[in-house]
Amino acid sequence: MLRYVVRRLAIAVPTLFVIVTLAFFLIRVAPGGPFNLERPLEAKVMENLNRIYHLNEPLWKQYLFYLGNILRGDFGPSFVYRDFSVKELFEAGLPVSIQLGASALLLALAIGTLLGSIAALRQNSATDYGVVGLATLGITIPTFVIAPVLSLIFGVWLGWLPAGGWGDGAIANKILPITTLALPQIAIITRLTRGSMIEALRSNHVRTARAYGLSTASVVVRHALRSAILPVVSYAGPAAAALLTGSVVVETIFGIPGIGRYFVQAALNRDYTLVMGTVIVIAIFIIIFNLVVDLLYAVIDPRVRYE
Amino acid sequence: MVARDDPVFPEAAPEAVTAAGRSLWQDAWARLRANKAAMASAVYLVIMAVACIIGPELTGHRYDEIYQAYTSTPAGVEAHPREAEIAPAAEDALKRARVEVKSVTVSGNQVSVVVADDEPVDERVVRYLDRSDLFTNANVAASTNGGRELTLVADVDRVRFFFGTDAVGRDLLTRTLFAGRISLAIGLLATFVALIIGVTWGAASGYAGGTVDLVMMRIVDVLYSLPFIFFVILLVVFFGRNFVLMFIAVGAVEWLDMARIVRGQAISLKRQEYVQAAEAMGVSVGGILRRHIVPNLVGPVIVYMTLMVPRVILLESFLSFLGLGVQEPMTSWGVLIAEGARNIEGTPWMLMFPSAFLVTTLFALNFLGDGLRDALDPKDR
Amino acid sequence: MLRALTKTAAGVCLAGLLAGAALAEVVYHRGNDADPETLDQHKTSTVSEAHILRDMYEGLVIYDPEARVIPGVATEWSVSDDGLVYTFTLRDDAKWSNGDAVVADDFVFSLRRILTPDTGAKYANILYPIKSAEAINKGDVMPDTLGVRAVDATTLEITLENPTPFFLELLTHQTGLPVHPASVETHGTDFVKPENIVSNGAYTLEEFTPGDKVVLVKNPEFHDAANVTIDRVIFYPMEDRSTCVRRFEAGEIHSCSDLPTEQMADLREKFGDQVRTPPYLGTYYYAFRADKEPFDDARVRRALSMAIDREYVAEEIWGGTMVPGYSFVPPGINNYEGGPAFAEYKGMSMLDREDKAIALLEEAGFGADNPLTVEISYNTSENHKNTAVAIADMWKNIGVTTTMINRDGATHYAHLRDKGDFDVARAGWIGDYSDPQNFLFMVESDNPGFNYANYNNPEYDALMDQAAAETDLVKRAGILKQVEEMFMRDEPFAPLLYYSSHSLVSPKLSGWKDNIQNVHGTRFLSIEE
Repeated sequence: MLRYVVRRLAIAVPTLFVIVTLAFFLIRVAPGGPFNLERPLEAKVMENLNRIYHLNEPLWKQYLFYLGNILRGDFGPSFVYRDFSVKELFEAGLPVSIQLGASALLLALAIGTLLGSIAALRQNSATDYGVVGLATLGITIPTFVIAPVLSLIFGVWLGWLPAGGWGDGAIANKILPITTLALPQIAIITRLTRGSMIEALRSNHVRTARAYGLSTASVVVRHALRSAILPVVSYAGPAAAALLTGSVVVETIFGIPGIGRYFVQAALNRDYTLVMGTVIVIAIFIIIFNLVVDLLYAVIDPRVRYE
Repeated sequence: MVARDDPVFPEAAPEAVTAAGRSLWQDAWARLRANKAAMASAVYLVIMAVACIIGPELTGHRYDEIYQAYTSTPAGVEAHPREAEIAPAAEDALKRARVEVKSVTVSGNQVSVVVADDEPVDERVVRYLDRSDLFTNANVAASTNGGRELTLVADVDRVRFFFGTDAVGRDLLTRTLFAGRISLAIGLLATFVALIIGVTWGAASGYAGGTVDLVMMRIVDVLYSLPFIFFVILLVVFFGRNFVLMFIAVGAVEWLDMARIVRGQAISLKRQEYVQAAEAMGVSVGGILRRHIVPNLVGPVIVYMTLMVPRVILLESFLSFLGLGVQEPMTSWGVLIAEGARNIEGTPWMLMFPSAFLVTTLFALNFLGDGLRDALDPKDR
Repeated sequence: MLRALTKTAAGVCLAGLLAGAALAEVVYHRGNDADPETLDQHKTSTVSEAHILRDMYEGLVIYDPEARVIPGVATEWSVSDDGLVYTFTLRDDAKWSNGDAVVADDFVFSLRRILTPDTGAKYANILYPIKSAEAINKGDVMPDTLGVRAVDATTLEITLENPTPFFLELLTHQTGLPVHPASVETHGTDFVKPENIVSNGAYTLEEFTPGDKVVLVKNPEFHDAANVTIDRVIFYPMEDRSTCVRRFEAGEIHSCSDLPTEQMADLREKFGDQVRTPPYLGTYYYAFRADKEPFDDARVRRALSMAIDREYVAEEIWGGTMVPGYSFVPPGINNYEGGPAFAEYKGMSMLDREDKAIALLEEAGFGADNPLTVEISYNTSENHKNTAVAIADMWKNIGVTTTMINRDGATHYAHLRDKGDFDVARAGWIGDYSDPQNFLFMVESDNPGFNYANYNNPEYDALMDQAAAETDLVKRAGILKQVEEMFMRDEPFAPLLYYSSHSLVSPKLSGWKDNIQNVHGTRFLSIEE
């Protein structure tokens, strides 16, 4: 097992290298640059800017320059947030995104597996249809609808919570964003759990356990959930990486200073260095969480071994 | 552990698989038919598909027809224009001809207007009435005072917008139905593409294990990390706008999750006794994948598929934002919902109706998916 | 650092939010369009930055609440007879927030800094009228050759390249704001960080957290501090305009700097005269590729332009937040005696315009048997889309087939700038200063960055040069009017709409006056809870 982990960590380095390289050229081949704005720039001014940011040099030189910089831990200055370096932006925003994302993920895992199990145990009952219905609604209604509606109801009409803003991290300001982030995940996890739980409940060892007269609760938790959780775990890896790196919709609509906005904003503004920063951050999260997931497989099913 | 057939218990042995052909599919079909929720859903989906295909021809409006007089009209069954709107609309229309409107009388389906000017009025003035969405067949009924005063008569054209109209005055019912063509096509086809790639990739990776698994999954990691926006922009730049590209763009990202889920199941399945027994008996890798691994993946795959369809349909609207995907005046549910979400309080119907179509379609898909899974489950027979 | 500051400020701000008037401190919660890209006045380019910098710094001259030029750091000034030398007398009580006096040398330092190529100033070209400025910015000569001189501590002399009647207007732009030389020399580009910054305006920076807020606090050293009633301004970036409206409705925000135009009818009903849409110095237009067949034929361009029902677009598509536009220079601009030169079809009825458009197209060889097809390119946005859809429908009336193509903003503008293959493309222009030259210069043939149309008319260029040399404002206005007549005859751009600014202003906020530049310095505002 330890050897496997070491091997995975060792291969992470070339993986990151491939990602950085592919992303660098992918971004640069796209039309438009960081200075193509609605308000056009004077030609000479543009020339100066291109020179300052080394954009006038051949692409391969820029690439080597960038590689050299990130090896030294320098992710460059942002093109759009010109007062900050990419590193500073992430240092400020990442904790916020992680905080919201982790809360939403834990909430979704807890509620999702619970609802999914309940629905599976009462398959084809009214409860089941109710849960499946709600889950379908949760998956179908996009966050860009949920977020403004929640803000309108609880912030404007009822006035119970702030309609938006970060409020320096006050709890009241986090409730709606976390709810918005969690809702679709709850729905997905509920569906996944329900599906695999139904199968697990039909499997022979669970039937056997039931036949021995074990209580439903202990059968579900000790036997069925163990195998039913597998697809959820597979899903949760990439989902965690996505959630912890923030959501552009939630952050823009609630005015949250996370890093989710950068994924879209930086790309649309061609903020090359910031986009590369987002790529590296998401890559690291993906690599870590997928490793964690693979290790969890072995924990859940002792027969799984990594040679 | 998610195995359905386990050789330790002979009654659940893989007779289903070996008996194959006839009984497997016929049994499944019989059981699917017995599942009321699934059958009702299937019927609903067929109706929805038919409505989207032929519906836009039957509503009486073209999907790209603009009624300048009816922008952002709320949903309702009543006919437009309402009585009170007719006279002001006639005045408005004729004001643009820069003549003086002396009187407007509405009687039933006809409107008669008297206009005057200091000079003889050009009889082409009737065009201003015809141009308005409210009137047709305008003509000059009488000319007095040497042509300085004309009496114009026109029919009132009544139209209905059951779902209301959008911000430029197009019938939302027609557009919602029309949008369904694109959304259903992309939802089902792109999901199918993602399914094929994801299942094959995931099953192969999970079953092979070792270095092959390591490399295959790292490729998935790499694709996961690349910035999707640039991928889409480059597709547009190099290949132009093309319906097929949409499937490629969507399929290219959506299969990744599927591959990871399938691989997780496969890793667990290949340690099952019956798979190892098959290996020991010398069954080929392809055979094991086909007979033991893939059939046991059906459950999670079907569930995940029903989760993927709405994601794909909504993702399409983001592609449209970047210039890939549908272009005006065509539209899709994703685009309509995104438009509706921009003014939830002011024009709720623009959000409600397309959403309702999407949600009910997905309900049906979910129940059908569950039914299919149950029907194909060997343990239940 | 940012987080630490966030933490320490937490208590104060939260209390401010909840208790407001209970604390003596008056806090203005101000919605802004977006995060500033930078708070370095020399790198700045956006309107959201202008709002913040206007509060933090004071230039030689400033805008009053009605956007008229009034004395700022300079109390008075004189202009030489040839219009080339401006001599400013600075006030002697002007102070930086650290107590240093604001002296003429600070302005010399600042103007040289913005023009130095290595500063990377996006708007350096605004100051090109100053002697040697352009050459310095190109790197041809050293910054110390700039035509700016400190005669003594309170006398500043600026020499221009050519007489520039709108020069004072130029100085109100944020690029004309001074930096504190000692801070820049000590901290380099980090002088904008809250712990380093030294400013000379009514406020100074306390915190800048991207995506969250920019917090300014009152500068006690400011010479007019006694009349500044708001103690703290918090600018919130509102990328999503609807968010601002909701927060305004919930009472969390005092003003919004932009509104979702899709919701205009609803907003007017709900907020009445809290919705402000005064005219703004900008034009929304469609650019033709005027060097490409068939758009190189002015008759085709005119035909397409005159067939557009601008009143419908302004009223129905933009909910009355835009004004139908029949000239490229928006009305209400300074130095333009008699107002803009309107298109001759402005007064004609829509159907007559269509008849004429059809006739023009026929002359150009297009008709029922040879229909013209046009592709409209626009950058993705709900209103741009609806505008294009409506215009396509209008062009159908004159027998033109229209397709539409949308791209993300960066791709769209790169496409225009690099002279990609387009027929008709959406664009907009907001004036940087109130002078017709700032609009008409766009289609000069030697202005590749702005002349999307590739319009090339030597006569036009010659008239522009003639106007630049004219010192008599009335005569100059006459020449510029001739230029615009030429513009509206050839229509390299079809002007569609004049912009309005869109704000939501709480009744608690007083001193807010609508103006064409949309400038609202916080020092002139006050809040009654």
